[in-house]
Amino acid sequence: MASLELRGLAKSFGAQTVLERIDLTLGDGEMVVIVGASGCGKSTLLRLVAGLEHPSAGAVILDGRDVTGRDPAERDIAMVFQNYALYPHMSVFENMAYGLRIRRLPRAEIRKRVDEAAAMLGLEALLSRKPRALSGGQRQRVAMGRAIVREPKLFLFDEPLSNLDAKLRVQMRAEIRRLQRRFGITSLYVTHDQVEAMTLGDRLVVMRAGRAAQVATPMEVFAHPADTYVAGFIGAPAMNFLPARLGAGGGAALPASGPAIPFADGRRPGPEGRGLILGIRPEHVLLDAGGMAFAVDLVEPLGSETLLHGRLADGTGLVVKMAGVAPSGELLRVTLPSAELHVFDAESGRRLAPENAGTGPLAGLVATG
Amino acid sequence: MTRTRTDWLAHIVLGLGVILFAFPVWLIFAGATQDAGAINRGDLSLLPRLSHLGIFLSVLRHGAADSKIPVWHMLMISALMALGIAIGKIVISFISAYAVVFFRFPFRRIAFWTIFITLMLPVEVRIIPTYAVMANFGMINSFAGLTVPLIASATATLLFRQVFIAIPDELVEAARMDGAGPIRFLRDILVPVSAANIAALFVILFVYGWNQYLWPLLVATDPRLDTIVIGIVQLIDTGSILTPWNTMMAMSLLAIIPPVVVVVAMQRWFVKGLTEVEK
Repeated sequence: MASLELRGLAKSFGAQTVLERIDLTLGDGEMVVIVGASGCGKSTLLRLVAGLEHPSAGAVILDGRDVTGRDPAERDIAMVFQNYALYPHMSVFENMAYGLRIRRLPRAEIRKRVDEAAAMLGLEALLSRKPRALSGGQRQRVAMGRAIVREPKLFLFDEPLSNLDAKLRVQMRAEIRRLQRRFGITSLYVTHDQVEAMTLGDRLVVMRAGRAAQVATPMEVFAHPADTYVAGFIGAPAMNFLPARLGAGGGAALPASGPAIPFADGRRPGPEGRGLILGIRPEHVLLDAGGMAFAVDLVEPLGSETLLHGRLADGTGLVVKMAGVAPSGELLRVTLPSAELHVFDAESGRRLAPENAGTGPLAGLVATG
Repeated sequence: MTRTRTDWLAHIVLGLGVILFAFPVWLIFAGATQDAGAINRGDLSLLPRLSHLGIFLSVLRHGAADSKIPVWHMLMISALMALGIAIGKIVISFISAYAVVFFRFPFRRIAFWTIFITLMLPVEVRIIPTYAVMANFGMINSFAGLTVPLIASATATLLFRQVFIAIPDELVEAARMDGAGPIRFLRDILVPVSAANIAALFVILFVYGWNQYLWPLLVATDPRLDTIVIGIVQLIDTGSILTPWNTMMAMSLLAIIPPVVVVVAMQRWFVKGLTEVEK
């Protein structure tokens, strides 16, 4: 296992830029999840690291060695593909052994490694089967096994769970994390699923339109999203956004409807009346008889909790997640607790940190993230 | 009730179909055992004369009465020619399709379209220039002359191209990550994955090669290079002598056997290769 460093990695196909200067460092044994909507360049990034594509600019440094111009075979990287990409004419054993056979490992060593990996993944009984005789989950395991036996410096996962059904996905997700932790496998994992991203990653790279919108730990991304895109992407149901203006002195936000909300963590910079976007997660909105009017138009009971969809007086859509059963009535009243408020600049969409940044332990990180 | 009735009907239609296809073969079999004049006189019996079954063996061993070339030799030439054409075509098309699909090189499109255009130029169309080229190379009356011009063709290349395009990119990439170079990928992945298609193509091309008439007639005048098809036709062209129909029928029946063996032996693969899209 090894460390990976990406320096200003960029890729464009003709005039179209897919990836703009990505800088990223993975420590030994770290698992970094790249998450983003489709077309954000996350798969391209993975393919650049794998060597399946050549970057337009920048360098890939694996274990201190520049491998940018190298062939995939010379990089000592293993990859798990979305559709598993097992060799259809080879048995499970042969599928796992193929990469080792090409590397001319002794027969006994191949046998030993494949048997170990098979035992680890519960594939012992299936070694002589062909891929077409396996279920989706088993194929997924074989694909993992094929990567594990190589004992590579780096693991790449390209949406490995998206072809599985929901239940199996949860199970395999835990399994991947367990294996990764146990063997300290340095990994880069691409997904569009935010739950996978949150649960698997030591750190997340949230990508948008070829850029890294934020690089941080999952909880940091959740608690202090760098911009409105990240805020809306991570968390389900998605964060609510309300237009607002900066109050006099920068100490409070004036929502388009409802009373002023003073900032709990300090003043925001800028002139009075600066356009803001307030973000609040559905689970943080409180029902409060003295709050703003909230017209409910859809109730989704989820059992232990309930989702309320509706509008504020000015027409802004709002989703509220509350524990238990929803109170009856179509007109409720809600307040937005200021401690849970996220403040973004309306123009750039970027997070506005309080002016006295530096008092909080993470404040500096947020500003640069 | 209706179910059984349609079943009956289906079987009757099926039976009629079988008779329709099998009858001519039976007629040839019966005709081969008649005396030479029977067909010319017009009294061809549908019952074979069992006492004359030896004609098959004698034709096989000694050939027709006035020819020195035995039929087994003609069958061998035909088989070698058909095999040469089938294998040669498969190897060349496989490699050219591999190049066109998996490699980026200058003039790739032009290369592909050049191959494609040869579809419009079968041997019959370009027979004079092809003959001239063969003559210049001194390949007239040689086994190479018999097979090489028939080997170059676009159909098989196109078929393999379609097969290769259907192979998921990720399989190619997985092999690259595993460290397989181009030759290894060809040998370890591509050939086995398209084995069913190769088999299907082999059947088609073998029969195609076996049935060649015009080109062998032109390029090989040496009787030692006579194919079975040529051998049969030559019996008609005997001038004043009556055509020995019984000998011809015996030879025809023998000529059917090798392609039938190939088709039957590879039937399972053949159907699989034409119908199944394996991923």
